[in-house]
Amino acid sequence: MEIVMSLLIGILFMSATYLMLSKSLLRVIVGTGLLSHGAHLLILTMGGLKTGAAPLLGQNAESYTDPLPQALILTAIVISFGITALFLVVAYRSYQELGTDNLELMRGKEGNE
Amino acid sequence: MSLLHLAIISPLILALFIPLVHKTVSKIHTGWFLLPLPVALFAYFLSFLGDAIGGQAIMETLAWIPSLGIDFSVRVDGLGLLFALLITGIGSLVVLYSIYYLSMEKEKLNQFYVYLLLFMGAMLGVVLSDNFIVLYAFWELTSFSSFLLIGYWNHRERSRYGAQKSMLITVFGGLAMLGGIILLYLMTGTFSISATVAMAGDIVGHSLFIPALICILLGAFTKSAQFPFHIWLPDAMEAPTPVSAYLHSATMVKAGIYLVARLTPVFAFEGLWIWLVGGIGLLTLFWGSFSAVKHTDLKGILAYSTISQLGLIMSLLGVGAAALHFPEMEDGYFAVAVTAAVFHLINHATFKGSLFMVVGIVDHETGTRDIRRLGGLMTVMPITFTLALIGSFSMAGLPPFNGFLSKEMFFTGMLRAQEIGLFNMESFGLLFPVVAWVASVFTFLYSMIIVFKTFTGKFQPEKLEVKPHEAPIGMLISPVILVSLVVIIGLFPNLVAPLIESVMASILPPLLAAGHDFDVHIYHWHGLSPELFMTIGVILAGILLYKFMPKWAGIYNRMPEKFSLNSFYDKGLENIQRGAAKITDAYMTGSIRSYLLYIFTFFILSLGITLFLKDAFVLDMSHVAEIRAYELVLAVITAVAAISVLLAKSRLSAIILLGAVGYSVSLFYVVFRAPDLALTQLVIETVSVALFLLAFYHLPKLGKNIEDTRFKAGNLIISIGVGAIVTLIALSAHSSKMFDSISQYYIENTYKKAAGENMVNVTLVDFRGFDTLFEITVLGIAALGIYSLIKLRMTRGREQ
Repeated sequence: MEIVMSLLIGILFMSATYLMLSKSLLRVIVGTGLLSHGAHLLILTMGGLKTGAAPLLGQNAESYTDPLPQALILTAIVISFGITALFLVVAYRSYQELGTDNLELMRGKEGNE
Repeated sequence: MSLLHLAIISPLILALFIPLVHKTVSKIHTGWFLLPLPVALFAYFLSFLGDAIGGQAIMETLAWIPSLGIDFSVRVDGLGLLFALLITGIGSLVVLYSIYYLSMEKEKLNQFYVYLLLFMGAMLGVVLSDNFIVLYAFWELTSFSSFLLIGYWNHRERSRYGAQKSMLITVFGGLAMLGGIILLYLMTGTFSISATVAMAGDIVGHSLFIPALICILLGAFTKSAQFPFHIWLPDAMEAPTPVSAYLHSATMVKAGIYLVARLTPVFAFEGLWIWLVGGIGLLTLFWGSFSAVKHTDLKGILAYSTISQLGLIMSLLGVGAAALHFPEMEDGYFAVAVTAAVFHLINHATFKGSLFMVVGIVDHETGTRDIRRLGGLMTVMPITFTLALIGSFSMAGLPPFNGFLSKEMFFTGMLRAQEIGLFNMESFGLLFPVVAWVASVFTFLYSMIIVFKTFTGKFQPEKLEVKPHEAPIGMLISPVILVSLVVIIGLFPNLVAPLIESVMASILPPLLAAGHDFDVHIYHWHGLSPELFMTIGVILAGILLYKFMPKWAGIYNRMPEKFSLNSFYDKGLENIQRGAAKITDAYMTGSIRSYLLYIFTFFILSLGITLFLKDAFVLDMSHVAEIRAYELVLAVITAVAAISVLLAKSRLSAIILLGAVGYSVSLFYVVFRAPDLALTQLVIETVSVALFLLAFYHLPKLGKNIEDTRFKAGNLIISIGVGAIVTLIALSAHSSKMFDSISQYYIENTYKKAAGENMVNVTLVDFRGFDTLFEITVLGIAALGIYSLIKLRMTRGREQ
């Protein structure tokens, strides 16, 4: 299963990279969203997907899945959500102020226009 | 701290007080407060003369950074003492001269004297330090204070240009020298100069020896204006004349000479040293004297003449270094070149210092330094004329002045250079006396130009801005003292012989058996020797060339300006700037996309190449989990959703497909038994999609061109590369697991120690609570950031 997941993660990273290279700011943000999904799945996969009970002691199982990667991913989800929200508002504000979401048009005043 | 240390840094201490004195006592010229210091220092250094002549070196050490072997150790031996006396002696005279030269009302005297004191202290530090790093620190301080002094009249563009040029060239050399010092340290393990000299025999042949030699010589050649680094010196003539007299004739430009002399016992065993020092010195001598003749500005002539005389001293040091190869030769056969070098060093400081001061007087009293407008000043300024005459005749090498004696010894050294039976000297050796002789002819020529074009001929008062008259007595004191020295040393040269002997003992220590001295005697008349005929030839050829100058001076115009070293420097500087701007413009496009491309390309290349080179890719299927059908279906759905985001025609479908990926990921969390993750992911995905839709809704009408993502093959290749690399690394990392997880501890102790049953939650708030604390902080900061982004409108008052 880890091999399938590795391929899936690769596809997520590929799509994310492609989107981040595009001109529209919104697509870049969509790309970062895909990238964080890929990263979270990568942590989970690298922790091992061996079957076992959910990490709840009440289950009284023989073996449990590894709780540590799950704790790490939970932290990462929350942080990436905070960042995405801020990033989105920055994008929203820049639409308002600059009137464009085309990254190629967003330039400083100096330099070659 | 000993008195000696105090003496070296006393100019720096006094520099702190100069602005204060200048402010409070405005009626008296600031220079007067300065004058006692160099005089006192001169007297103090004179007291070491007895020890130095007796062959004793005074050593004082002050710990600075002992753990790195860097100590402010000071060593006074013959060589250091000679330079210290020159610095303080000529320093006193220059300060006295500057008091009359610089006007109290018009000039920023406080700045001038602070810079001058900085320079004086730095120079004393250079010549007396016995630690390479301390020497380097003072060395850079001389470059720095020289920069400030050249740019003293900073409202003039030429001054700023000259200051920048000298800074760039000397600091380039200084850094090369630092490299040489570090290479020496790697070979010897000490920064102490005297210890390095003592170890000289052991390091010859070391693989770092030649690089160290070249680096150190770069430092010495740039500082002492040797070919082709001499170009900064003529432009440094924009400095006030006292500065030119002090820094650019008598002291700073001799720092390189000092360094070469100081390290001769270390490097002279290598033939390359003799070749480089002797050859470059000779080339500089010829080129400087040849170029001096074409100039019409008196300071320009003196600048090139300084370059040429420095080359002369340098070439003598190179030839003299051969003495270390033939210790069995009869007393001082090659060492006579070193004697000549030291003697000419003293002589040059006296006559060149006085000549600069004379030119300063002419400039000050007539308003110009251009020899085409000057002439016939002999009757107006008789004292100045006498001083110029003696200085120039000494420079040209005419008897009975001191320049004659050192020039004769120079010829002796050069004639003997042919006999150095090393490194192909047999075939090229003849060049030495021939070039030296030709250069001496040009030296004679420009010396005569300085005197006779300025002081004889037709008096043209209408071309001068002010009515010329004799200089005030205060301005004449310093050049008179220097010129008297020229005459005294010329008539009684053996007065300085003991000093020269002690200097030679510092330069050529291995030649000296214990308890012996070098035996220096300088004679006026040494029979009908070849040197005498060479001097007569110089005078005859010089007079002929001077008489027929209009006939042949045209050759100077034939040399195209385009190929001169100055235009090479200017063009080089310009091209470096233009090239750097071009390169920066080429890759700093201002577009985020290009920078992401660089980052991703680097990511792919560095990781891919490492994987390939280290043969790191392994695929181990032994402990993979089995694949279940519904997991596989879910994976296919996620992959299809992710790829469809790329192909989405509108932004709206892209956002919805992103949501689809997010919900599939939360399904994965369900499948892989992570209930907390699944919950969080569901909630957050919902909120995120809502936020995306909000941003999408607010898209202004102007930019609402919903377009297909522009297909770019490059983007695709890069993104496929990134995906492939991530997959490969994930597979490789999973297949080569080194050790088991530490999670067993958490599983065992979640209830026992932390009283919880949900292992993930206990980990988050109990075992690893700090992570959670700061993740809360991140959310808080994001919330505050969003609030302030929306509320604060600093630039425009546009309503929402």
